[in-house]
Amino acid sequence: MPIDPNDLYRLRRRPPSEKQLDTGFHWLTVLTASTVAIVLVLILAIVFHGSLESMGLYGWRFLVTSNWNPVDDEYGALTAIYGTMVTSLVSLLIAVPLGVGTAIFITERFIPRPLREIIGLMVELLAAIPSVVLGLWAIFVLEPALRPFLTWLHVTLKDIPLFSTQPLGPGMTPAILVLVVMILPIITAISRDSLNQVPIRLRQAAYGVGSTQWSAILHVILPASISGIVGGVMLALGRAMGETMAVTMIIGNSNNFSWSLLAPGNTIAAMLANQFGEADGSQVSSLMYAAFVLILLTLVVNILAQLLVKRLSLKY
Amino acid sequence: MTSTVAQASRPIPDLRYKPTRSRNIIGIALTSVAGLFSLVAVLPLFLVLSYVLYKGASKLSLDLFLLEQPAPGLEVGGISNAIQGSIIVTLIASLLAIPIGIGGGVFLAEYSRNGWFANFIRFGTNVLSGVPSIIAGVFIYSAIVSTRILFGHAYSAVAGGMALAVLMLPTVIKTTDEGLKLVSDDLRRAALGVGASRFVTTIRITLPKASRSIATGIVLSIARAAGETAPLIFTALYSPWWAEGIFNPVGSLSVLIFKFATMPYEVQNELAWAASFVLVAFILALNLVARWINTFTSR
Amino acid sequence: MTVSATTATPTTGEEICLSLENVSISYGGEEAVRNVYCAIPRGQVTAFIGPSGCGKSTVLRALNRMNDLIDNCTLSGRVVFDGADLYHPGVDPVEVRRRIGMVFQQPNPFPKSIFENIAFGARINGYTGDMDELVERSLRQAAVWDECKDKLNESGCSLSGGQQQRLCIARTIAIQPEVILMDEPCSALDPISTLKIEETMHELKKTFTIVIVTHNMQQAVRVSDRTAFFNAEAQEGGSGKVGYLVEFNETDKIFNAPTQQATYDYVSGRFG
Repeated sequence: MPIDPNDLYRLRRRPPSEKQLDTGFHWLTVLTASTVAIVLVLILAIVFHGSLESMGLYGWRFLVTSNWNPVDDEYGALTAIYGTMVTSLVSLLIAVPLGVGTAIFITERFIPRPLREIIGLMVELLAAIPSVVLGLWAIFVLEPALRPFLTWLHVTLKDIPLFSTQPLGPGMTPAILVLVVMILPIITAISRDSLNQVPIRLRQAAYGVGSTQWSAILHVILPASISGIVGGVMLALGRAMGETMAVTMIIGNSNNFSWSLLAPGNTIAAMLANQFGEADGSQVSSLMYAAFVLILLTLVVNILAQLLVKRLSLKY
Repeated sequence: MTSTVAQASRPIPDLRYKPTRSRNIIGIALTSVAGLFSLVAVLPLFLVLSYVLYKGASKLSLDLFLLEQPAPGLEVGGISNAIQGSIIVTLIASLLAIPIGIGGGVFLAEYSRNGWFANFIRFGTNVLSGVPSIIAGVFIYSAIVSTRILFGHAYSAVAGGMALAVLMLPTVIKTTDEGLKLVSDDLRRAALGVGASRFVTTIRITLPKASRSIATGIVLSIARAAGETAPLIFTALYSPWWAEGIFNPVGSLSVLIFKFATMPYEVQNELAWAASFVLVAFILALNLVARWINTFTSR
Repeated sequence: MTVSATTATPTTGEEICLSLENVSISYGGEEAVRNVYCAIPRGQVTAFIGPSGCGKSTVLRALNRMNDLIDNCTLSGRVVFDGADLYHPGVDPVEVRRRIGMVFQQPNPFPKSIFENIAFGARINGYTGDMDELVERSLRQAAVWDECKDKLNESGCSLSGGQQQRLCIARTIAIQPEVILMDEPCSALDPISTLKIEETMHELKKTFTIVIVTHNMQQAVRVSDRTAFFNAEAQEGGSGKVGYLVEFNETDKIFNAPTQQATYDYVSGRFG
């Protein structure tokens, strides 16, 4: 049967419009993907540019002095930097054992599966509660309930600088506890995933040599999943440092430096939320400077988290 | 060893669980601690939800949804301006972030899995998702609001939507990327093998196949954006009235809660709880929808 | 080793180590194995053979309560070990597994050093003697000492698949169990490694009772004294297949003079 060569040609050939569509779509995806890079670079550039004036005026002094005075146009961010570091690190200290413990409890067959799934679901839903609602709850419920205990802490331990002031309402400790509530779901969820990814044959190996459940967990399962857990903890640290609303509402927004965890304090994010809208002059630039510090801090923590996960996962 | 010769019968091995063994005591202690921790971990959810329910549900009324917030000194009012504003801002953010994010995810998963540019974008996505939400606000304020780049308007619903979009974008990219990666390569090869172009393969085969897991991620990111406050404070600002178009400031539930929580007036405090109830109910509903979509997938 | 018994049931001269009495195992209500009676003699190698899905691995895992790790896996009947019922409510599965060790299908060394791989199990079992000596002895017994002796501090995962599996055997030996269960220990290995492990097993049966699941009939013939043939048949009205024990006898008998038609068909390669 003879074939008309033109028919063959028609069959093989793609219409140019289709080819253009294909190429066009490719470049469209490249463009949309680039948005991420563009936004990221713009954020860094704008915040850096905005902080130049303040960097020129105060330099490194900005980071180690705590005088924040819009009236005299004198700015130092030590209070906010100290507040950011202390609230995030202390909240991590509390949330890591809670989160990892919970993750172990709901992955390692201590309780029936439906119960485990319910607890997992509830922790995930906790992550869904907006931070402003947690802030509201902290103002009206958590802080008043906490105050007698904090007062007792102050009375008993007032010689330690960390507890040297009288709790009078909003302050660092309630902020820390709200942060714990906010980062707990991150740590739990990522730890749970990492534990679930430990291959079944490793578990069998542990139980096969007569491990108890806890020696299998502590000596085999946790070490095998540590990379993911550490990554999750670092992500949580980044989140805690950048968390704004709930902290703003409960930390007291005080620019007076105090070592005490019971005193009102400030964080960079809270300071931005409170002052950025109404600032002018070198206050704007100083806030930008503080924002730049915050970006660098979270950037370092996040990049470290990614690298750490890579490095540790190579080991196994 | 001659096993066939009958030996004196062996003692029955003692396999009983001995609660006083140190390893069993340690085990029970550790289990109790882990159980206690789980209890502590779920406790805040109950405390917060029950209080929001208790304080907020009692304020529910038709007025709440129909009236603007009370004028200063008055007691009668609702939160309709904030509800409307929240919907507008979240909608704008979704319209921006979802197409861009899906496009970016398609690029990562379909066009360039391991090129340097793709790895750079993937890294950037992770970094961007770690950027504090307040920074998104500062960025949009400096880039859009203070420059009045949007037809001379300063604070606006669009600016607020853009700030939220910055936060949504990494999530949408990641879920799209991961959702598409789960689609088997056989399916892709099958489509390409019958002469479909990349474009057709992506639009007609792989995206639909991954649509449910992508949808799950997107719904969750919308839920997240709807509850965000920090990026809105100095972008969408706030408005006590109904919106006057998308280039003017609008209210939002989250900023209303923030403002009203710190006011010393009972009426405003109560409205903050009511708004919290509406917001939490909306967000939890979205979360359940996402979960439902997800279980739908696994069938 | 002089095996004198020739009948299907062990003679009175033989000592029973593990006996399954009317054992049925189900996963979430779905029966996987039904009504198994089987008496495993001490100091011998017993092989479980049968087509895939016949439940031989499931039965093996029931012998040291490994099935406990699987959600909603239930067992009825009795598994008796030296007169003690392994599934009595008061029994501690950890105690069971310390007496009945297991080697798995996939080599699964811990992501720790070779030394630690051996020492870990021994230590948690309360071994207080000379650890170096125990590690060397176990590795020698598992015929992997020569390959490992210069790199005891390297990760167990750096060994080849066959070496890993022998490391896993050494790890099991180190806890000094009475019984070693092997779940298709060679299925993931190359022929040379397989041969080495089979040679190892000949040494091991002088000290341990061994139960091995294999779907390689040659292997069953080479290593085992007794063989249990399992088969599976479709369930009336049910969806899946249910496994059952067809025939249990000396290996010679199973392969040369089976009493059941199904056994004959299987060992002669008609199906499976």
